[in-house]
Amino acid sequence: MELVVFVLAAAMVLVGALGVILRSNPVHAALSLVLTLFGIAVMFVAQEAHFLAAVQVIVYAGAIVVLFLFVIMLLGVDRSEDIRIEPFKVQRPLAAVVGLGVIGLVAASIVASRDAIGGGSGSLDTPTSTGNGDSNIRQIAESVFGDYVVAFEVTSILLVVAVVGTVMLTRRVKSGKDKS
Amino acid sequence: MNTALLSIDPVADGDLLWTPLLIIILKVVAIFAIGLLVTMFMVWFERKAIAGLQNRIGPNKAGPWGLLQTLADGIKLFFKEDLIPDRADRFVFKLAPYLAFVPAFLVWSVIPLGGDFSNGKDGLVSWFGHTTRVQLADPPVGILLFMALSSVAVYGIMLAGWSSGSKYPLLGSVRASAQMVSYEAALGLSIATVLLLAGTLSTSGIVANQDGFANWHVVSTGVVPFVIFLLAATAEMNRPPFDLVEAEQELVGGFNTEYSSIRFGLFFLAEFMNTVTMSGIIVTLFWGGPQGLFDIPVIPGAIEGTIWFIAKVLVFLYVYVWFRATLPRYRYDQLMDLGWKILIPASLGWFMLMAVLRLARDEDWNRAVVAVAAAAVIVLCAVLISVAMKVSRANREREGAMF
Repeated sequence: MELVVFVLAAAMVLVGALGVILRSNPVHAALSLVLTLFGIAVMFVAQEAHFLAAVQVIVYAGAIVVLFLFVIMLLGVDRSEDIRIEPFKVQRPLAAVVGLGVIGLVAASIVASRDAIGGGSGSLDTPTSTGNGDSNIRQIAESVFGDYVVAFEVTSILLVVAVVGTVMLTRRVKSGKDKS
Repeated sequence: MNTALLSIDPVADGDLLWTPLLIIILKVVAIFAIGLLVTMFMVWFERKAIAGLQNRIGPNKAGPWGLLQTLADGIKLFFKEDLIPDRADRFVFKLAPYLAFVPAFLVWSVIPLGGDFSNGKDGLVSWFGHTTRVQLADPPVGILLFMALSSVAVYGIMLAGWSSGSKYPLLGSVRASAQMVSYEAALGLSIATVLLLAGTLSTSGIVANQDGFANWHVVSTGVVPFVIFLLAATAEMNRPPFDLVEAEQELVGGFNTEYSSIRFGLFFLAEFMNTVTMSGIIVTLFWGGPQGLFDIPVIPGAIEGTIWFIAKVLVFLYVYVWFRATLPRYRYDQLMDLGWKILIPASLGWFMLMAVLRLARDEDWNRAVVAVAAAAVIVLCAVLISVAMKVSRANREREGAMF
């Protein structure tokens, strides 16, 4: 059962990820991204992380990709682009290097933690499933708002700074035009 | 693993035998059938009630009181020609109606439709010697599932407009996606106020928390989150007075202009089913769900819950029809002003107020002092926000913007 769910979800994730980079139409690429995010949500459910699955769908599929699509529609760039033209020459070799680097890092971390994932006894310190449905959410809340509350608040300040900065940058252009 | 995935229903605990499996299948089929039937009568009810409010007769030919009018319309839609525009994106064009329709249906699964919640009972009922709920699934993240589904429903409308390859549907869907994404914030914040009191995300837990009228969340959260939720839900469903998505005077028919035949039927069905399920969610969150005000004599407890639930849902269905018949449509900038400048700050402020009161109760602080101080802070914030809005309006006018 677990294997079947994993294989199906992994297939969703991979097909979606390939779609993001191979589809020439931006809207189709964004929809493939949604497929990937749903696959990840299914994997969360299979791991009994129901809360993360729901948040994955609400935040990523429901808000972020909708904003991508919104921008694509509003700017009218929903046409296939000719990818042979290269506006920024260093981009592709750099992307290859970064991509290989990420694959290397992930592979290294998996190899390093091989014992904990597969070979170990399989029991973690904190039980993920305790029969009580709310325990999952409670544990996340305790670590986010208890142990890591400073990091959480700093992240929220960072987001507010980013939002205010964006508003300021877009408005300054307008008022500059008016003064000149 | 088997039981873990299915642990959303108490009937599936332990070894999965034939009877529990049959009960689950029976519930799925029943909810599917009830969902379709209720939606069919909702369409009839809306047409009939609006006709009454506008001094007309309304549907009266098919069946008694025109009850079968929707069925006749549905059959007609099935036999009409299915057109696909030349410039449409064929795959997405065919996919979009299902993206609108399936989430609308799935919301049914988390609404508690009945059960005995009185005197601290948990709403569990016994069928054929197995305990279960009058609810298809009771996942621990219940209400978040509803949020997730409503955010998936945005895709249906958005992609329908884009894939039609024509300008009016595109305008309609751009309006729809902006509107639905911005009102989702107010919706979520007013749900958060309820969750603060309920202490759980599961829908049956939220209902069980509302034992007695004083504990109904509409009373115990102080009405404001309920009003915000009602407004935001109306906008989220694109119903009047927030139906700019299909403003027929400006956009022909909105996002579904290019759709015909049963594909249009699916959008239509999804829209009306959303009205019913949203009323169910409002009743679950704020009005005690299947919890009754008093005992109805003779009828057993489990059925009594269903009767109360249906009665409450009917009230809200009528409220939505009434909105449609009474209120003129909002302008787009008014809609965005209401969402971002009034509903979101108000729901956030009220959420903080409820959190402070909850903290005061838990820590045993002086309630009166806390309430006065919190009210002062909220008034101060409201003044600051309104001053900031005035300043920005003055700035925009100086720059010569139109609005």
